[in-house]
Amino acid sequence: MSVRRLAKEQPASFAFSKDSQAKADWWKAKYPAVRKQSAVIPMLWLAQKQEGWVSEPAIQEIAKQLEMPVIRVLEVATFYVMFQLQPVGKVAFVQLCGTTPCQLRGALDLKAVLKAKIGDANHVSADGKFSWEEVECLGACCNAPMAAINDYYYEDLTPESLAKILDDFAAGKSPKPGSYDGRVASEPKGAIHTLTDPKLYDGSYAKKIKIPNLPEKPKTSKAKPEPTA
Amino acid sequence: MAIAKVNGVEVEFEPGMTVLQVAELAGEEIPRFCYHERLSIAGNCRMCLVEVKPGPPKPQASCALPAAEGQEIFTKTPMVKKAREGVMEFLLINHPLDCPICDQGGECDLQDQAVGYGRDDSRYEENKRAVEEKAMGPLIKTVMTRCIQCTRCVRFITEVAGSPEIGLISRGEDVEITTYLGAAVTSELSANVIDLCPVGALTSKPYAFEARPWELKKTESVDVMDALGSSIRVDARGAAVLRVLPRNNDDINEEWISDKTRYAVDGLGRQRLDRPYVRVAGKLQPATWAQAFAAIASKIKATAPERVGVIAGDLQDAESLKATKDLFTALGVKNLDSRQDGTALGYGPRESWLFNSTLAGIENADVVLFVGTNPRLEAPVLNARFRKQWIAGKTRFGVIGEQADLTFGYDYLGAGAKTLSGLAKSKGDFVAALKAAERPAIIIGQGALARADGAAVLKAAAGLAKTMKVVREGWNGWNVLHTAAARVAGLDMGFVPAEGGLSTADMLKPGALDVLFLLGADECEPAASDAFKIYLGTHGDAGAHKADVILPGAAYTEKNGLYVNTEGRVQQGRRAVFPKGEAKEDWSILRALSEVLGHKLPYDSLDQLRAKLFADHPTFGQIDYAPGSVATPFDVGALGGDAELSDAPFESPIKAFHLTNPVARASVTMAECAAVASGAAKIAAE
Repeated sequence: MSVRRLAKEQPASFAFSKDSQAKADWWKAKYPAVRKQSAVIPMLWLAQKQEGWVSEPAIQEIAKQLEMPVIRVLEVATFYVMFQLQPVGKVAFVQLCGTTPCQLRGALDLKAVLKAKIGDANHVSADGKFSWEEVECLGACCNAPMAAINDYYYEDLTPESLAKILDDFAAGKSPKPGSYDGRVASEPKGAIHTLTDPKLYDGSYAKKIKIPNLPEKPKTSKAKPEPTA
Repeated sequence: MAIAKVNGVEVEFEPGMTVLQVAELAGEEIPRFCYHERLSIAGNCRMCLVEVKPGPPKPQASCALPAAEGQEIFTKTPMVKKAREGVMEFLLINHPLDCPICDQGGECDLQDQAVGYGRDDSRYEENKRAVEEKAMGPLIKTVMTRCIQCTRCVRFITEVAGSPEIGLISRGEDVEITTYLGAAVTSELSANVIDLCPVGALTSKPYAFEARPWELKKTESVDVMDALGSSIRVDARGAAVLRVLPRNNDDINEEWISDKTRYAVDGLGRQRLDRPYVRVAGKLQPATWAQAFAAIASKIKATAPERVGVIAGDLQDAESLKATKDLFTALGVKNLDSRQDGTALGYGPRESWLFNSTLAGIENADVVLFVGTNPRLEAPVLNARFRKQWIAGKTRFGVIGEQADLTFGYDYLGAGAKTLSGLAKSKGDFVAALKAAERPAIIIGQGALARADGAAVLKAAAGLAKTMKVVREGWNGWNVLHTAAARVAGLDMGFVPAEGGLSTADMLKPGALDVLFLLGADECEPAASDAFKIYLGTHGDAGAHKADVILPGAAYTEKNGLYVNTEGRVQQGRRAVFPKGEAKEDWSILRALSEVLGHKLPYDSLDQLRAKLFADHPTFGQIDYAPGSVATPFDVGALGGDAELSDAPFESPIKAFHLTNPVARASVTMAECAAVASGAAKIAAE
């Protein structure tokens, strides 16, 4: 985890677009007026969706809208690693998983590709289009190695497929998210080797079982209630 | 009452107490860093671990664990000791070992508890973490590498001071305490975070590297910066007062003091009058005491008593007021006034000028109306109580006067006297609440009373108090919030113009008097008067600048004296250091002067003077006693006088919080604070 501080260079101002302001108002309306500050995380997220990152003027604007101390918004923004406090690539922002399963499946090679194509981690490329960072486990270990690019997961990557994806982004296309070795989801790669017996699925293995501790059914409808102690 | 066992000893406790509190009831000391009685519970330092049965077989943080009936609490088992040693080791991983150059050394919680729970060596071989210093204004010095993230400062500023400006940003190993982008903390109570900080992360900037705690002579005394009379401890070395710290006093200041109380003391060493002066040919020349007295005597003896006037200042002790009053009354002078601001109080029952609910008792009020006062500036420590009540949701507040940020929510009713006089008949939510209240209170400030129409405002407020039954059986909600430490003492001893005498404003009119005696009076623009002015005081301030004779007196840290706070509580201030240079204690100067004037005062020692004071005015004999609501019932409706109510809005008498008296005005620290507060200067990040 990197040290989370506001960027040195900040834009002069921030304003929600009409669209994000409408969404922000929807979030604010969800909470009682005195608990407006509950909307701080959605608001920060909206600001990030709009600009790509959370700037200092955005923090000020959110504090103003939610009528809460600006230091409280700063606390939240610097706590959650999903909030980007530095500018990110305008076209593609790559979050490469570097945790053990991905690393064992070749994340280090992907890193080399990113470094060659974009530059150092946490730096926006000279044309402002790309940036990348290494993140902790994104929970897609079945499809390791993987990276999250903008809003989507790109899985089962190889140096070649990642380079292709980046080239596609550079060419203005939107590469298809998901697995890049032909899988649909996280099913086993190639042929299925386990649980292949068709009897598993036709009900022939099913036995009658007695579920323990079920409440006994009353034998007659006129059962007397038990005397209380 | 529930019963729990602490180390095998049965202890009774109130339901709702925490395990830590129960252990303290049993006399066991629990080490802690983040827990503080007057703040919310954070439970993040883990130093207060104890073993509790029944419960999981692991140590538990006692500060955040509610005590239960039949619980067995162990505070001394090997498991507890080992757990606390583990916590201490973790805390010390990143805490620098710079105690020899740390200002907290000698009064540091971490240092003390490391003696009990620390290892003798470190197993940690990595680099220690380093944190950038933060700018927090002219009072708080930061060495953030020492911070152990207890968050006491964050909780204090947010909960008690009510100006949420400090926060804990980032996460994990990178967390840092900071203000928003290095802004100065603006609260009037900000420096209390220095006392709260258990380590040397937040220390006192003006006091940095001045002294070690064991070098200081500690004197328990009373504050005079506002009319609350907060309990303070004056720490001095040699002739210099180095710092002021709060003392615990639940009746007055709990354990907070304002920044002015704490930091104005560097003004005690600047601009001081350390010898008598006499004006010769238009210029003040140093003189001996005898020359100064002779100059006064020749002038006063040649003047008729009607042409002599006395104005007493806001920081005076009761003894000097008494000696002054006795001396000039003996000379036949009727023009005596201790009310520099011209407040419309001083005649009638004593309750009319007291804070009758008492400072602690006001917490029981359910509806409070502020009239012409800004308690945040006039009594910041009291304001913290109002905020506490407001957070608890027990009290509703209304304001007539300035619409300022008081750190708590209130109903704004109007700006001036017209709102006040029409309030009883008006229809509104707040008025209905005030009418229905069980314990309603009116807090009237000098912004409403110290005006030309003060008597009429008093009458209007008293009329409202009568209508709303603010004074009733067992409850007295008539409260006057003073701004001057000497005011109640002056009023209590009748230091007001006698029949036919002139008040402050009249005395200062050109040509009204031939001789004007200023007893530390600096707030009333004495330059306006063209009389022969004698100034007895401590600082070269407004009073001394135009004076013809200057007598150097003792400041509040330099004399034993009695002060009466706004609730009528008589308190003893004690001498921490001796007066500067040739200066003397005020009462002894007056005693010596009386002999030269031929009306020798009948006391030769402070004790004799006090005996006379107690005999003449018995209320002064009740040290540390505030009459409060048990005082004799009085007719609140009879207060005030008839006059035309003006349309002018009520304004708090305090415009610049940090510069309200000669001591504060001489203080460099207060000047810096005032500059920050007014935005005139940006304190650069250091």
